[in-house]
Amino acid sequence: MSEAMIEISGVAKRFVLHNQGGVVLPVMEGAALSVHCGECVALVGASGAGKSTLMRMIWGNYRCDDGSIQVAGLELCSAEPRDVIALRRTKLGYVSQFLRVIPRVPTLDVVAEPLLAQGMDESQAQVRARMMLTRLNIPERLWSLSPTTFSGGEQQRVNIARGFIQDWPVMLLDEPTASLDAGNRGVVLDLITEAKVRGAAILGIFHDAEARGTVCDREVDVTGFTPARSAA
Amino acid sequence: MTPLLQVESLSKFYGNHLGCGEVNFTLWPGEVMGIVGESGSGKSTLLNCLAGHMAPDTGRVIFDTRTNGPRDTVTMTESERRWLARTDWAFVHQNPRDGLRMNVSAGGNVGDRLMAVGARHYGDIRRQAQDWLGRVEIDQARIDDRPRAFSGGMQQRLQIARNLVTGPRLVFMDEPTGGLDVSVQARLLDLLRGLVRRLGLSAVVVTHDLAVVRLLADRVMVMKDGRVVEQGLTDQVLDDPQHAYTQLLVSSVLQV
Amino acid sequence: MTDYNFAYLDEATKRMLRRAILKAVAIPGYQVPFSSREMPMPYGWGTGGVQVTAACLVPEDTLKVIDQGADDTTNAVSIRKFFARVAGVETTEATARASVIQTRHRIPETPLTEGQILVFQVPIPEPLRFLEPRETETRTMHALEDYGLMHVRLYEDIAKHGEIARAYAYPVRVEGRYIMDPSPIPKFDNPKLDNSPALQLFGAGRECRIYALPPYTRVESLDFEDYPFTASKAAGQVCAICGAEDSYLDEVITDDAGGRMFVCSDTDYCATRVAAQAEDAA
Repeated sequence: MSEAMIEISGVAKRFVLHNQGGVVLPVMEGAALSVHCGECVALVGASGAGKSTLMRMIWGNYRCDDGSIQVAGLELCSAEPRDVIALRRTKLGYVSQFLRVIPRVPTLDVVAEPLLAQGMDESQAQVRARMMLTRLNIPERLWSLSPTTFSGGEQQRVNIARGFIQDWPVMLLDEPTASLDAGNRGVVLDLITEAKVRGAAILGIFHDAEARGTVCDREVDVTGFTPARSAA
Repeated sequence: MTPLLQVESLSKFYGNHLGCGEVNFTLWPGEVMGIVGESGSGKSTLLNCLAGHMAPDTGRVIFDTRTNGPRDTVTMTESERRWLARTDWAFVHQNPRDGLRMNVSAGGNVGDRLMAVGARHYGDIRRQAQDWLGRVEIDQARIDDRPRAFSGGMQQRLQIARNLVTGPRLVFMDEPTGGLDVSVQARLLDLLRGLVRRLGLSAVVVTHDLAVVRLLADRVMVMKDGRVVEQGLTDQVLDDPQHAYTQLLVSSVLQV
Repeated sequence: MTDYNFAYLDEATKRMLRRAILKAVAIPGYQVPFSSREMPMPYGWGTGGVQVTAACLVPEDTLKVIDQGADDTTNAVSIRKFFARVAGVETTEATARASVIQTRHRIPETPLTEGQILVFQVPIPEPLRFLEPRETETRTMHALEDYGLMHVRLYEDIAKHGEIARAYAYPVRVEGRYIMDPSPIPKFDNPKLDNSPALQLFGAGRECRIYALPPYTRVESLDFEDYPFTASKAAGQVCAICGAEDSYLDEVITDDAGGRMFVCSDTDYCATRVAAQAEDAA
């Protein structure tokens, strides 16, 4: 088996709500999993079980209170911000459920941005962005408009185009096929398969069981990481 | 790699009142750091101490100069500090009137810093001014107009051009989008982001607008009553705030 | 008239002035503050120049006073009479004969020589004043050689008028260091400041500043590489009286029908030439 690109062990997470009487909410305990190159692992579990929380901890926007999260060799729990930024710029890609962009920036530029951030030449990045947008069936007349005005499905596809424009070694996918029609769903599943073939390690949340069956090699049930409710 | 800016236990008092206290951070080349907090939290005091507009009472501000490596800007001479201020540093004020010469043409405003560092060829100065007006999306035909005749957004873009023309490595911004309409803010943010990326700039951005921080800054520092209460990766601080004040700040943002 | 001390000022005041002058000579182009005295004439009529002249005069001196180049206008005549009375020094209109020349807004056409002192009357000594109103800031700018602003002004001129439009009080840089206002002399006279064998002293009475150019000081007029300084005057004109082509000319309106003539602003220069021409003719 190839090396693990995501390696998690003993991870715990709790929220302290200072403005609500200092309530402490333990949401995760003893989380462990690993994802290797060329494999796609699905996080499963009931809604609220902590799938998204775990994803965010791996992305780094949620702090990890205990344990170890290693992504492409970097220990996230103790990493400096600049190390996390470097990881996100070159190795770790994330397709979230929501598109977060500066208003009024054209779709083409939004999609090309990860490549520009890496220092790719603007015209070259735009060529790639055009290819991705074409593949995801975003009509060319929309490319010069800001995606903030698009429908939910279109925004999701712009998000995917942006997420897959770069060949990330590690990818996090949060509901990539939600709100997509059958045709576009197929495109996204193809993109995931291609990423696996080139050796990407992928961790995803897929509510769509059929999609999960098509691209995922195994599942990890996060229910097992939920702490006992004794704290409450 | 050498840090571009290292701030060590920096404090500033106004009499007995604390302006900002015991601030420590390291800024690396290419990083954009946001400083958030409400009015009176000390963020502007801190920015002014960093940029040499104000002398801190304690602490060091070590900047990696081009020629002499890391130097404490607090103890260097005024002339060295001024030289840095017109070469390696840039300062974008909230109110463009504070950062522009309002009775000097747009071209003269951009050319100012060039002439301050010794440019003496009118044609070259003008070409560079024209180029920079283009880069900040100001019609080059307006090079001889005074900033008074410009809209708020254009004035702010002119201020940015004027600051960036000498190729600074560190940009200080004090509420850069503060006085602008929402629609103009978006365009300015996009421009700033593009410039920061293309020129590999480092920046310290003071703002009370969390959306600006999220879009511009890699890292963020949260200040309250002159103290840094929390700092870290921008989305970590905003999505998973640890300190009571940060939680309050984040939960107070109106959702549209 | 023996009720006055020699040259009107008391000796303590002269000492104060001479100290300021010595300091000014030691730091060419630097504005030295001094405690300007009330003089028996209004500000703007040369109180600074008169104090500097009084501090320089010795009984053996020969004094010439000009106003815009002329020896015979009100300001020149009254200051010349003033010193003839309070110092009893000899006066002259001939540039070459004078040991001290007080001037308002001109440098004589006849080249100055070693040992001569030229005293300028200065209304506003600070060349950065109209760009930066704060005295604290202009002093800092001088101290730190923070002079970009001066060129911004010249840039604005070219952008607006196609050339540097300053015709008088054209700023200069002294020995590559201080930027100095040469007083409101026409820029035609600027080259005469450079490397002059005479000592040039500048006195601003109202503003309480003295500055100086010791003999043989390098004085450069500010400009751009592609818009070099030119010492211009009325184009294509010669003096209607003496025919001089190389002197600075005044335009004189002669009637109400648009009649005009151009004549030398330096009356001594013009008169000397006319006299020489008459001699040649004779």
